[in-house]
Amino acid sequence: MIYETVIGLEVHLQLNTKTKAFCGCSTDFGKPPNSNVCPVCLGFPGSLPVYNRQALNSAIKLALAFNCRIQEHTKFDRKNYFYPDLPKNYQISQYDLPLSRNGYLDIFTNGSPKRIGITRIHLEEDAGKLIHEDAVSLVDFNRTGIPLMEIVSEPDLSHPQEAFDYLTNLKNIIEYLDISDCDMEKGSLRCDANISLRPAGVKELGVKTELKNMNSFKGVKDALTFEVERQTKILEAKETMVQETRLWDVEQGITVTMRTKEGAKDYRYFPDPDLTVFVIGKELIEPVKATLPELPYDKMQRLMKTYALTEYDAKILVASKKDAEFAEVCMQEYPGKDKKEIANWLIGPLMAEANLRKEQLHTLKLDRKELINLIGFVQRQEISHLSAKTVLTQMLDTGKSAQALIKEGNLEQISNTDALAQVIETVINENAKSVGDFKAGKVNALMYLVGQVMKKSSGKANPKVVGDLIKQRLS
Amino acid sequence: MELNQLTAHELLEKLKSKEICSRTILLSLSQRIEKTDPKVKAYVRNQGPVKFAPQDEAFGELNGLPVTIKDNICTSGLNTECCSKILRGFRPPYDATVIDKLKKAGAQIFPLKANMDEFAFGSSTENSFFGPTANPWKLDCVPGGSSGGSAAAVASDEAIWALGSDTGGSIRQPASFCGVVGLKPTYGRVSRYGLIAFASSLDQIGPLTKDVEDSALLCGLISGYDPQDSTSINQSVPDYTKSLTGDIKGLKIGIPKEYFVEGLDPEVKSVIEEAIDKLKSLGAVIKQVSLPHTEYAVPVYYIIATAEASSNLARFDGVQYGYRAQADNLLQMYKETRAEGFGQEAKRRILLGTFALSHGYYDAYYLRALKVRSLIKQDFDRVFQEFDCIVAPTSPTAAFKIGERTEDPLKMYLSDIYTISVNLAGIPAISVPCGFTKQGLPVGLQIMAKPFDEEMLFKTAYAYEQNTDWHKIKPKL
Repeated sequence: MIYETVIGLEVHLQLNTKTKAFCGCSTDFGKPPNSNVCPVCLGFPGSLPVYNRQALNSAIKLALAFNCRIQEHTKFDRKNYFYPDLPKNYQISQYDLPLSRNGYLDIFTNGSPKRIGITRIHLEEDAGKLIHEDAVSLVDFNRTGIPLMEIVSEPDLSHPQEAFDYLTNLKNIIEYLDISDCDMEKGSLRCDANISLRPAGVKELGVKTELKNMNSFKGVKDALTFEVERQTKILEAKETMVQETRLWDVEQGITVTMRTKEGAKDYRYFPDPDLTVFVIGKELIEPVKATLPELPYDKMQRLMKTYALTEYDAKILVASKKDAEFAEVCMQEYPGKDKKEIANWLIGPLMAEANLRKEQLHTLKLDRKELINLIGFVQRQEISHLSAKTVLTQMLDTGKSAQALIKEGNLEQISNTDALAQVIETVINENAKSVGDFKAGKVNALMYLVGQVMKKSSGKANPKVVGDLIKQRLS
Repeated sequence: MELNQLTAHELLEKLKSKEICSRTILLSLSQRIEKTDPKVKAYVRNQGPVKFAPQDEAFGELNGLPVTIKDNICTSGLNTECCSKILRGFRPPYDATVIDKLKKAGAQIFPLKANMDEFAFGSSTENSFFGPTANPWKLDCVPGGSSGGSAAAVASDEAIWALGSDTGGSIRQPASFCGVVGLKPTYGRVSRYGLIAFASSLDQIGPLTKDVEDSALLCGLISGYDPQDSTSINQSVPDYTKSLTGDIKGLKIGIPKEYFVEGLDPEVKSVIEEAIDKLKSLGAVIKQVSLPHTEYAVPVYYIIATAEASSNLARFDGVQYGYRAQADNLLQMYKETRAEGFGQEAKRRILLGTFALSHGYYDAYYLRALKVRSLIKQDFDRVFQEFDCIVAPTSPTAAFKIGERTEDPLKMYLSDIYTISVNLAGIPAISVPCGFTKQGLPVGLQIMAKPFDEEMLFKTAYAYEQNTDWHKIKPKL
């Protein structure tokens, strides 16, 4: 039988507000344990929460970017459960009146667009962190009360790769909104997945598994891939699927049972009486809407149109908002008509340099004008493309100008026919076989001969001129 | 008269004219406490050695006048234990907003905390981990609760005035039982920041005082918007002492018929009727009104209050502060700590509330209770469209004997039958002394007004008080 995979994702996103969701404590990461705390986030008796307006703004931003309907009336609820990282033994969250519902996210997956439904996005507070040592367990409450957004997708994803692409797109948008660092290693982005299989064509959902403990997008994909195989085996053996929560074990590459449905908790949700129902009217939404940046999908379309870029190139550029902004300024400042000339440099050699240096385009120490100068040398055929790449590396290493480096390296391209004639003569004499091949009509042989001339001229010869000269000489 | 017997406004006159200093008031109080508190037990001895150290400099409106605080209001540097074993040794590093306001006005926080039912769960102060407080008028009777310590301290002149908290009558009922003035302000009038929560949507801090003028004064000092409490309301605080005119001519007073039914002690009833006649003789227009959903108030209250309490009290788990039982693992620690740390009534209410919020029961209990709550509120809204205030008994009986109702929680819960609706509706109400039973136990008259109309309460209560002498009679101790 053929099975269809049904995946829904729950993403938890720490907002990058300066202060916590319900108190004035700093949200700085990496501070000594229990230093970003106060009576409110420690849940001390008598303390009361007051919600953070900045977090609310970020939440509205996110809801708008994900095309959600923002509820006019929203409230906070208490989710009750006992755990030492939860100082009040309840979490302030949102239950039946979440901030927003019914949105969608358009993603590119498997070469084509797909619309993924967003069930709800709500605001809640983060819990603390437990550190287990030999005989004791310690609690760090620095993270307690940091605002979290929960983004719940519809079960619209039908392949582990799609889940991966959804997450990449989601992260990309959030980066554009600048509301979170989306760092899975630091825990500012966490993802749980629900997955079930059903016979192809059947409408009813199968028994689902909830997957936790994935620490990267790849982890999500790998865990889902493992689950597809595991569940397929169970279904094919006609065994009964058990609804359960499973943990991804990255070391072993398997999922293991955490708890079954029988262990499901009753969270006894009820409206938090310390926080009143609040109204999100136009006066709150409109200003946020006005500050909403151009989102990746729109930016991509615009770059393609304005600068005649291919979809492939534009997609690479918009993967990072700041890189896209850097690239756009470069293209605007580039005096040539064909913006593709500089775009190729940005996406090619410069992106490669950035990756090598574990940086991004916009963080490289490079003067845009110098990059444009360098491309100018190539365009005017004053240096070879090959030499230009070397110069680019040196520019990034030393901070010197393109012109200075070209002069220092004596890299001016030799286009002078007299100067090249002698080298060409030598190469022809030394490569009788290739000369014969060329005369027999093999085009590759010309390329080889040009390459030999380039080598002898330490890359300074103009390959186009060399090619023409060889052809002339041998015709 | 000794200084400790005077009202706050009388003492403030003397402090202002430098006739006395706050040190002499403290001395007078400590002598009184030494003499009578072994009998009354209004204060709890949970502070270790207490220093009666008056402030060096008298300043502000209050010039160092001491104020007594219930054990559930956070006072920095003083243990705040809600009279529960589970908060043993808890000394908050912060002041409640009301304490902060009082300190800024020049008050001295009295260094002993007033006794109460554990976590304010009770109507008799018998549920205190430190043992019961006695009624100063009759020592084998309860002082009411849960602010029984605050009420008894004021009644026995062991305090000049005091703060209590009122979730279902916990200020008004003990005020009635002890013959003092007790005010529950409008929900949102006084900040709850630093009040250890019982039921967050009902709790409100308020004054217990010897007369109405002190009540108006203290209410003015603690009221006002607090950005640290999302449920406090941003509305300016009037000068409440200006409403002490004594004139209630033409005032329209409603008498709710549902408060004069079976269960109301006949002696209390006749005392209340006399008080209503007095108001009439002062020019008020008296008319019977109906609050038809009154009969649901007690069940609705015990669902909402216990549901909120079950969640509010979850934080007492032995992890960060207070009592922690020795145990081998986490679950055991939670269980043992809470089994040993909470008293019987606290456990009963946590269980009730947990049940009411449980999956499958939420709609039938909690959600339905919320709906009835809004009907109860509408009852009041309707009456206040026509009437300036509502007058009724504070409690169906005078103080009962210690131990009389401890075995019957339902009977105990009915002690609050006349006070609970006010909390559910969020309106303000005051209890003023209006006479005695044949046994010599005080009876309180309850006045209710629409939200943020505390002035109406002070105006009516003051007019009544100034034309009677009940507040001047003191218990013999």
